[in-house]
Amino acid sequence: MSTPAPAQPPDDAGEWQGEHVRYDLIKEFVVALAVITALAVILAILFSSPDDPPITIKQWARADPGDFVATGVTELDGTSELAGYGPPYNDTPDAAQKIGPVCLQCLPGVRIPIDTAGDFVLDPLRSIPGNAPLRRALAAYQAAPAAQRSRWTDAYTAGLDKARFPRGLPKLPPGDYGPVAPMMSSLVGLAQSGGLDGALLTTRQFYQTDYTKPLLLISGGSYFEDRASGQHLFGDQWGMMNETGSYPGQVWLWLYTFWYQVEPFKSSVNADALIFVLMGALSLAFICIPFIPGLRNLPPHLGVHRLIWRDHYRRVESGQ
Amino acid sequence: MWTEWVRERAVRALPPEKLLPDRQPAYVSSWIYVFGVATIAALIVVIGSGVILGLKGPAWWHVSSVGRFFNSIHLWGVELLFFVMVVHLWGKFFMGAWRGGRGRTWVTGAVVFLVSIGTAFTGYLSQQNFDAQWIASEGKDGLNSVGIGAYFRVADFGQMYTFHVILLPIVVVALVAWHVLLVRRHGVVPPYPGKVATATKTAPRGEGSAP
Repeated sequence: MSTPAPAQPPDDAGEWQGEHVRYDLIKEFVVALAVITALAVILAILFSSPDDPPITIKQWARADPGDFVATGVTELDGTSELAGYGPPYNDTPDAAQKIGPVCLQCLPGVRIPIDTAGDFVLDPLRSIPGNAPLRRALAAYQAAPAAQRSRWTDAYTAGLDKARFPRGLPKLPPGDYGPVAPMMSSLVGLAQSGGLDGALLTTRQFYQTDYTKPLLLISGGSYFEDRASGQHLFGDQWGMMNETGSYPGQVWLWLYTFWYQVEPFKSSVNADALIFVLMGALSLAFICIPFIPGLRNLPPHLGVHRLIWRDHYRRVESGQ
Repeated sequence: MWTEWVRERAVRALPPEKLLPDRQPAYVSSWIYVFGVATIAALIVVIGSGVILGLKGPAWWHVSSVGRFFNSIHLWGVELLFFVMVVHLWGKFFMGAWRGGRGRTWVTGAVVFLVSIGTAFTGYLSQQNFDAQWIASEGKDGLNSVGIGAYFRVADFGQMYTFHVILLPIVVVALVAWHVLLVRRHGVVPPYPGKVATATKTAPRGEGSAP
C-alpha cells in the first residue's frame, strides 16, 4: 500500500483513507469508568483523606493566650500586618503590590473594609454586658490622644515578654499600661469563652457564611503559622502542593509554587502580583499553542510522536 | 422553522456514524488514547461522589465514617482526574493535535484544565477544616494582589461552596461536552508524516471533514 512520499504534505483535516480497525467506544468508556472507579475506591480505602480540625479563636486563646494577646494588641494599635495590608481591607498608602507602575490591587478599592482596632478589639469588647470597669477602660482608651494610646500599647507589648498566664489570663509586671491591660484581659476572656468567634461572624442575617474577619484575625497569629509550618504547608515548603498529614494537595499547582522558590520573585514584595500575572500569561499561551508560530510546529521535532504512533510508523515505514 | 434548521445543521455536522463510530483509523491503537476517555471517567467519579457529599451537606463527612469514605473517593478521584488529564494533554501536545482545523478542540481542552484547577481550588476552600483555613489565608494574598480577591472572597464559605458545587462544575461539564463533540466532528488527528514513503491517506477536505 505504500506509495512515494507526496510532494505536498497530507491534509490533516481530511478523512483518513488508510487502514481502519473496529473500535467499540462504549466498551472503552465502560472499562475506563470501571477501572477509574476501582482505583478511586482502593485509594480511598487504603489512604482515606485528611481532616485536621479547624482552628477556632477559642482554641487559640486557650492553647496559646500569649500569642493571642500579642496579636490582639497589634490589631488594637494598628501595627499588625493586616492593619497595613492595603486594598481590599484598608487604604494604607504604598501597601498594595504593583507590577511595575501598575497597581491592580488598588483598582477595586476598599471593598471589604476592616478596621482592626474596631472590628477585632473595641466592638467585641463593647458587646460584653454588665462590666463597668471594662466600660470605663474603653471610655478612657477612646478619650485618650493617639500618642497616649501608643505609649500604653507599646508598654503593654514590652510587658508581654515577662507576662505570666495564670488560669489563661495575662498577668504582666507593673507598668503604665493604662486601660489596655483590663481591655486585653477582657478580650482574652471573651475569646476563651468562644464569644469572639461569634462576635466576628455577626451580621444582620441569622445564617452566617462569611468567615473573612475571624480568619484574618487567626491568620495574624503565629499559632496558626506554626501549625501550618509543621504540616509543610508554607510557601517555601512548596505548600500549595501539600495537604495536612503528608497527603498530596494541589500538585497541579507545581509551576505556580515553583516561582515562589526562585529569584527575583522569592525576595520581591510584589511576588504575589508578579507570579499571578506570569501564570496568567503562561496559561493564555498554553490555550493559544495552536496559534503561536514556532510553538505549534515544535512537537514533530521532539520525537515523542514516534513513540505514541510507533505501531503506525512501523507499519508504514516497513512498507506494509 | 429555525428549529428545523438547527436540527439539519446538527445532523449534518455530526451524523450518527461520526458521533458514535464503530471503527477508527488504525493508528488509534495506542495507549495514549485511553487517557482521554479516562479523564471523562474520572470526572464522572468526582461528580458522582461530589453529588453524594452535596446531598448530605458540607458538614456530613466530618462526623460520619461513610461520609469520610465518600470524601476520600472524591479526593482521590480528583487526584486521578488531574493525573489522567495531564497525561492526555501532554499526549495531545506531542501529537500536535490542533492540526487540520482542530484548534478549537485544543482550546476547549486547555480551558477545561484551567477551569478544573479553579473548581478544585474552591473545593479545597470548602472543606471546613484546617486545610481550608490555610489555603484561604494564603490564597487571598495572590487574589488580592491583582484585585480579584475583592470580589472572589476565599473566606466566604457560601460563595466558595456555590462556585464549587454549582457554577464551575456546570462550566466544566459544558466545556467537556463541547470538547468531545469537536473531537467526534473532526476525528482524531492523523500522525505526522513518517521518515519514508507514506501513502497519501488523507482525502481532500470535503463533506464531513473539518472546516
